[in-house]
Amino acid sequence: MEKKGWWDIVRSSYVWKSVFRHEYQDTYRNRVLQVSSNVFLHLHPTKIRRHALRLRFTWCMGGTTFLLFLILVVTGVILMFYYRPTGEYAYHDMKYLQFDVPFGMIMRNMHRWAAHAMVIAVWLHMFRVFMTGSYKPPREFNWVIGVNLLVFTLLLSFTGYLLPWDQLSIWAVTVGTNMGRATPLLGHEGPFAELVGVNARYDARALLTAGRLVGPATLLRFYVLHCIFIPLVAAVLMIVHFWRVRKDGGISGPL
Amino acid sequence: MAQSVLEGSEVERGDRSDVAKVKERTAKAERLSKALPDKVHTWPYLVRLEMMVGTGLLAFMTIWSILVDAPLEEPANPTKTPNPSKAPWYFLGLQELLVYFDAWFAGVVLPAMIIVGLMVIPYVDINPKGNGYYCFKDRWFAVSFYLFGFVVLWISTVIIGTFFRGPGWYMFTPGEYWDVHKTVAITNMDWPTKFGITSFWPAFGFGAASVLGFLFGPPAVYWKLKSGTSTTLQKLGAVRYWIVAFFVMSTAGVVVKMILRLGFNVKNIMVGPMGFNI
Repeated sequence: MEKKGWWDIVRSSYVWKSVFRHEYQDTYRNRVLQVSSNVFLHLHPTKIRRHALRLRFTWCMGGTTFLLFLILVVTGVILMFYYRPTGEYAYHDMKYLQFDVPFGMIMRNMHRWAAHAMVIAVWLHMFRVFMTGSYKPPREFNWVIGVNLLVFTLLLSFTGYLLPWDQLSIWAVTVGTNMGRATPLLGHEGPFAELVGVNARYDARALLTAGRLVGPATLLRFYVLHCIFIPLVAAVLMIVHFWRVRKDGGISGPL
Repeated sequence: MAQSVLEGSEVERGDRSDVAKVKERTAKAERLSKALPDKVHTWPYLVRLEMMVGTGLLAFMTIWSILVDAPLEEPANPTKTPNPSKAPWYFLGLQELLVYFDAWFAGVVLPAMIIVGLMVIPYVDINPKGNGYYCFKDRWFAVSFYLFGFVVLWISTVIIGTFFRGPGWYMFTPGEYWDVHKTVAITNMDWPTKFGITSFWPAFGFGAASVLGFLFGPPAVYWKLKSGTSTTLQKLGAVRYWIVAFFVMSTAGVVVKMILRLGFNVKNIMVGPMGFNI
């Protein structure tokens, strides 16, 4: 009988076999099982078309966007441990993060730069999908989901912009939300607002900012939107987006 | 296509040995690609690639985050408005359009039109060609229109808003001193006023007719002339044609309004009741 090494002993153990249901030898069967019996990898089909590997075709921008989202979730959760979304504490907590929390600065930096990178990656992904005509049948509806994901990416970034509670954030969000008061019918400075009777306290802008001005109430509102509501909606849309990629026949390619 | 290029240009230059070599290689590549199966296993081929790209991205983000600190300015102060106040950079294209349009149009209607316009693309582009490969010739109109909207309008206005706008939203070259007292004397005039129409309702009628005439006039003429003979238009059908025409003319309208404002000091094309201005 051949002598067993420690690695063989581990892999033939009861515990190991309860976790991994397949062997590791490079066989066709195991290659398929690596993907289909793994909850994370089974996002993929077990076999893909050869051209789908070409970076010149895909730019890998969809996957890059998703990985950036994951980076943002991880760094965002870490930042949430140290940050209080109130007018009194928000800015002080930023300083605390930057100067006192171990690795606080790098977590904050990575969260911000990944957010910017994600906006660019979504744009590039959309550009690639358009240029390869990948929105054409049968992938029409997945393009629509993708446009929604673009909107939610921008909203995520925009709501996060307010949270440092510095001059940059408060005025950028003031400029952005000021558009709300110009909404036709629903904003108090928009066309035909008189017909509806909205005012500065009750209009589309006040719904966004929770009041007449960008203040502490806005900060809390944006915090909840940024950390709970929009990520959940975006995550659901992402599930549909990825699922549809497979249901619509994998990534596009020449027929 | 590769062959015609070879026979056209290379042979004339008399480079025969190279031509033969290229032909041989092309034939070999074709033989090989036929011999290879169309599908490959996700494990290891795709997972390996994702692993490499992901590792590269994580390394890049880590190095970037070590080297460059995120900005943090003074604490928020509602009584101290900076000049200029800029939206986040990805919205600066829209803020830039505030120069040319009222806020209800630049900040609300136009973004909504961009989103809806993007979503209808798959339903109005019925050209079956160019699905799954890069190609300009088979779908030149779709590609040109997208490039114009995305690169020329969106990216360039984001760059202008980010790097070229200073106090008072005036143009400054990057690095130029931001003079907060800078003013540029211009007398902008509404479009009907240019034609001597100054009383309210006639001016509104003239302005509205100009806008609607621009949006729907040229497409109507084109449809009248071409729909009888063009199979592309017949296949497209009237409903899809008008949806495409509306978005194309709206995009063109944004550019026309920019030209009228910058070149001819036109403020609004249409001045309507209760701030209904375009």
